[in-house]
Amino acid sequence: MNRIMNDPNYVVEDMLKGFVKANADIVSATGNARVLKYKNAPIANKVGIVTGGGSGHKPAFIGYIGKNMCDAVAVGEIFSSPAAAAFLDAMQAANAGRGVACLYGNYAGDNMNVKMAMRKAKAMGIEVKTVVANDDCASAPKDELEKRRGVAGEVLMWKVGGAKASMGADLDTVIAAAQKAIDNTRSVGIGTAPCTIPAVGHPNFTIADGTMELGIGHHGEPGVSVEPLATANEIAEKMLKLILPDLPFAAGDEVVVLLSGLGATPVMEQYIVYNRVEEILSEQGIRVHRAYVGNYFTSLEMMGVTLTVMKVDDELKQCIDYPADSVGLKQL
Amino acid sequence: MTIKNTEAGRIVQDLIRTIHENAAYLSEIDGKIGDGDHGINMNKGFTICEQRLADQEFSLSDGFAVLSRTLMEDIGGSMGPLYGVFFDEMSIACADLQEIGAKDFLVMLQNALAGTQEIGSAKLGDKTLLDTLIPGLEAYSAALDAGKSFQDALKDLQAAAKAGWQSTEGMIAKIGRASRLGERSRGVLDAGATSCYLILNAMADSILRMLAASK
Repeated sequence: MNRIMNDPNYVVEDMLKGFVKANADIVSATGNARVLKYKNAPIANKVGIVTGGGSGHKPAFIGYIGKNMCDAVAVGEIFSSPAAAAFLDAMQAANAGRGVACLYGNYAGDNMNVKMAMRKAKAMGIEVKTVVANDDCASAPKDELEKRRGVAGEVLMWKVGGAKASMGADLDTVIAAAQKAIDNTRSVGIGTAPCTIPAVGHPNFTIADGTMELGIGHHGEPGVSVEPLATANEIAEKMLKLILPDLPFAAGDEVVVLLSGLGATPVMEQYIVYNRVEEILSEQGIRVHRAYVGNYFTSLEMMGVTLTVMKVDDELKQCIDYPADSVGLKQL
Repeated sequence: MTIKNTEAGRIVQDLIRTIHENAAYLSEIDGKIGDGDHGINMNKGFTICEQRLADQEFSLSDGFAVLSRTLMEDIGGSMGPLYGVFFDEMSIACADLQEIGAKDFLVMLQNALAGTQEIGSAKLGDKTLLDTLIPGLEAYSAALDAGKSFQDALKDLQAAAKAGWQSTEGMIAKIGRASRLGERSRGVLDAGATSCYLILNAMADSILRMLAASK
C-alpha cells in the first residue's frame, strides 16, 4: 500500500499534531485532543458553528475551521464518527452565548453522537440546533430524503452557515440559511479506484481496473451502477443527468458548483470534467455564479470526483461571496 | 444464587480479553460489508479501558461505568454510543446492589436494551446487534419465568443470542452503512451482532464461573 505513516493505529493523532503546528495562524488545539477550534473562538456575540465527522476527508472537516467558517470541529477515527464527548467539547469551544449551529452529515454514528452531545449541552445551558446534510442524491430515492448521505455539499453548507453567523444573525436565522443551502444542493460521486484505511491495510471495496462506480459514497458505499470507465465529458454528463432532474434545476437558475477530487485524482482531471459540466449547464440555461474545483472533500486515496450543484438566490449568493479564511477555503 | 458486585469486576476483565482475542475476526467480518474497522475500534476502546482499570480493585458496576465512559468519550463511531449506553445502563442498574441475582441481571439487560434502542433507531430484523440482544434477553426472561435457575437461564441466553447472531447472515441490512448495500448485505454476518454475541456470551460465562465457584 506504500503509505507514509508511523503507527497505522495513530494516524489521526499524528496528523492532528502536524495540522495544528502548520496552521497556528488559524487553528488551535483544545483541552480535548479530538477537538480543534478557530484560534479566536468563541467569538463574542456570534452564533457558534460546529461540525465534525470521521477522518480521512481532508481538508474536511478541520480544514474548514476559520474566519467566517467553522468555530470548532470534532474529529473521529478514519471514516468513523467523533465521540459524543468530542461533539460536546466542540459545542462548548464554539459557544459565545448566542447558541451553536451544529452542521454535519447524515450518518448513523454522527447522528447518535450529536444527539448524545446535545442532551448534555442542553443540561449545561448551551442551545444547540442542527442541520443534517443529505446532498448525495445517489444514496437514496427522492422520497427518502432522510436516508440520503451528506457529502461535499457540506462545504457549501458550512460556507453559508459560517457567513450568516458572522453577519450577526441569530441561531434560528443561521440554521434556516444552512438548511436552505443544503435543501438546494445535490451531489453525485464517481469512483475509479478504491481507498484503504491504514489500520485495515487493504481496500474493503473494489473497483475493477477499467471500470467506474457511478453514485459511490465517500466511504465506498455502493453507487447506482458499475460501468466501463468513460471519458471526462461522459462522466460530467452522467453525473449531471442524476443531479439536474433531482432538485430539479431549470433554465434561468443560478448555481454554485463544487467539483472535488476524492483524493488521488489529479486536479488537472478535475478541471477537464468541470469544463464539460459548465458547458452542459450553460446549454441548459443555468448560470454558474461561482465554481470551486479542487480537493475540497476527499476519501483518503480514492480516485474519482464528486460533483455538487447548489441553486442560489440573493441570500445564498451573499453568503457564498462573503470572505472566508480557512485552510481548505480562502476567499477574499 | 447471586454474585457479589464487589467481586464481579472480573467480568469486565473477561470482556476486555474477549474483545482482544476477537479483534481481527470482528474487523474481518466488518470488512465484508462495512469499513473493516469494527474490531480495531472496539479493541482500541477496550484497551484504553483496560489501562484505566489496571492495578485497581473495582466492582462490576464501577467497571461497567469506566467501560461506558471510555466508549462514549474515546471511541465514537456507531459502536461508541451504542455500547456506551449499553454498559452505562448495566452499571446504573447494579450500582446500588451488593448481591446480583438472576432477576437483577434481567433488569440490567432490559435497561441496557432500552438505552440502546433509545439512542439508535434499529428494530429487530434490521441486521444489527439487536438481533443478538433481543432474542438473548427474551430467552433469559422466559427461562426465569419458567422457574429455571440463574445458571440454566444464562445458558438459554447464550444459546438464543448465538442463534440470533447467526440469523443475521440471512438478513438484509436496514440501517447503518451496510444498508446502502441492499441485497448485497445478505450472506454475511453483522459485525455489531457478532460483537454483541461475544459480549453476552463472555458475560454469561463469567457469571457461570463465579456461580460455580461460590457453590
